[in-house]
Amino acid sequence: MSSQTARSNLMALPAIAWLGLFMIVPCLIVFAYAFLTRGLYGGVEYTLTSENFARVFDPLYAKIFLTSVRIAGLATLFAILIAYPAAYAICLAPKRMQPILLFFAVLPFWSNYLIRTYAWIVLLNREGLINNLLRWLGYDGEPLSLLYSEGAVIVGLVYNYLPFVILAIYSSLSRLNGDLIEASRDLGAGRVRTFLRVTLPLTMPGVAAGGVFIFVLSIGNFVTPALLGGGRFQMIGNLVYDQFLTANDWPFGAALGMVLIAVMIGLLLLQARASARFSGETAEAKHG
Amino acid sequence: MTEPLSIPVLSVDRVVKHFGKTIAVDGISLDIRENEFFALLGPSGCGKTTLLRMIAGFEVPDSGSIHLGDRDITREAPDKRPLNLMFQSYALFPHMTVWQNLAYGLEMERLPRGEIASRVDDMLKTTDLVALSARKPAELSGGQKQRVALARALIKRPKVLLLDEPLGALDKKLREKMQLELKRLQHEVGITFIIVTHDQEEALVMADRIAVLRDGHILQCGTPQDIYERPANRFVAGFIGMMNFIEGEIGSDALFRAAGQALVCDMHGLKRSAPAVLAVRPEHILLRPEGSGVAGTVVDVAYHGLDRQLYVKTALSQAPLQVRVAAAGPEEAAARTGASVSLGFDAAACRLFQE
Repeated sequence: MSSQTARSNLMALPAIAWLGLFMIVPCLIVFAYAFLTRGLYGGVEYTLTSENFARVFDPLYAKIFLTSVRIAGLATLFAILIAYPAAYAICLAPKRMQPILLFFAVLPFWSNYLIRTYAWIVLLNREGLINNLLRWLGYDGEPLSLLYSEGAVIVGLVYNYLPFVILAIYSSLSRLNGDLIEASRDLGAGRVRTFLRVTLPLTMPGVAAGGVFIFVLSIGNFVTPALLGGGRFQMIGNLVYDQFLTANDWPFGAALGMVLIAVMIGLLLLQARASARFSGETAEAKHG
Repeated sequence: MTEPLSIPVLSVDRVVKHFGKTIAVDGISLDIRENEFFALLGPSGCGKTTLLRMIAGFEVPDSGSIHLGDRDITREAPDKRPLNLMFQSYALFPHMTVWQNLAYGLEMERLPRGEIASRVDDMLKTTDLVALSARKPAELSGGQKQRVALARALIKRPKVLLLDEPLGALDKKLREKMQLELKRLQHEVGITFIIVTHDQEEALVMADRIAVLRDGHILQCGTPQDIYERPANRFVAGFIGMMNFIEGEIGSDALFRAAGQALVCDMHGLKRSAPAVLAVRPEHILLRPEGSGVAGTVVDVAYHGLDRQLYVKTALSQAPLQVRVAAAGPEEAAARTGASVSLGFDAAACRLFQE
């Protein structure tokens, strides 16, 4: 090892220590808990068992897992459908306007997550802004129950994580070599075919990065489903929360958490591999 | 001068293009003939690339028109024009193999699969790329990428092929080889080539005709020989090849005088009793017997193998005159720093310019 790498390793030491102490050690503790037996009033008894993992695949809990996947998946899909055109529009703006537009896209993110989520309660409830607006427009039926639905949870998740997705797709789009688009047009492709055959495939790393980001944060989320789902739509995050704080079943909560982490790590690895494959190519294209 | 008459395949008529307040192309007109190898030559910022991009359809002129044969393509979308551009950056699709890059343009024409495959395979053979067909652009060398970019544009069988600094990214050896290669290929496929370059040597070697551009104007348009031997103005004279400039005056007696020396020149169309600049190439300055010409001292010698370039300080100009002499032969004695020499001018090859 050269002295150069030895020195840069030293510089990473505080970060490594931080991650080790507050991330890896707690994860290992939770991992260990997942194989122990529940204590009567919380905590654990030191008797080894694999029963907790067996319970994760119980149909009751598997269903919650599937609901979580569906909600996170839909949130991811809608976020990408909204973020892609937004990022594209920002890229088309004059160069000096782009940082300003990005700033506005990310602006909501600088306010508190809870406040932003509560704001949706104000908008969506039976006496809320949307129902009032509908009444003002002449709708005189029952007020719509928009809140405490799967839709409300998805709206909340999309809203909260959209800035990340826009940023990820923007960074990929802005690095795309404009000559490639012109080359495609020159070779006889119209705007639509150019987008489908050149722009979209070459910006997939950004779409994947943003998509995995919102999916991973959504599937483990418990605040948004708790507030906007009204407890009626349990997601994995709520289930884990319940096991630790209500049901006093720490080992089962730990097992659920481990499965969730395994899913997330799997997705992140897939995304990292995909973007490594693509980024080599886009870097090459820029330098010709 | 007699030139073969033929219908222009592409004509550019009084085209103007502004970017904001700056004018990039200022009323350029050009007729380009069938099977011609035409070069747009000029320093960076002269408007040559903008003109090429307007022909390709990536910029729309503010005024003027561009016709391909008798079809007005001024405002036509780039994908509808039967001409293709080879990009300076090559712009190969990084997510596609060489084969897929070549097939792309044909797929856009919605040709049958069988025809696409046979045309791609033919083109791979023509451009010697068969062995690389499964590679992606990242796995190619600069020269290979250049060939793929050329093949991808040619496979569409365009009426006109536009090339934006096609050899700019290659090293000197490969560039010289590719200059001849491009010329050969152009003969073979019988397609009109319009090349943009800032390299005057490249233009002289490859082109049938050259347009020299500056500040959005065409300064001169003609064969390489025309432009080299009969430059239309001082800029063209200085831009193409090596040139010595001598500031002086045309007297009322129609002689050019500089530092007490008089020279008989072609005075056609020039004002008498007015300042003028004499332009003479290094190969048109001759070493004369002592005492019979302009006296000077050799201040530097550059050996080029076939010949030597002498830098001779005289009373005629501030900068030393460049004089080209054979590397071997009677001139060898003069080819050392500090030698006193006498210079004579080949009057027939001298050009005079007035502002």
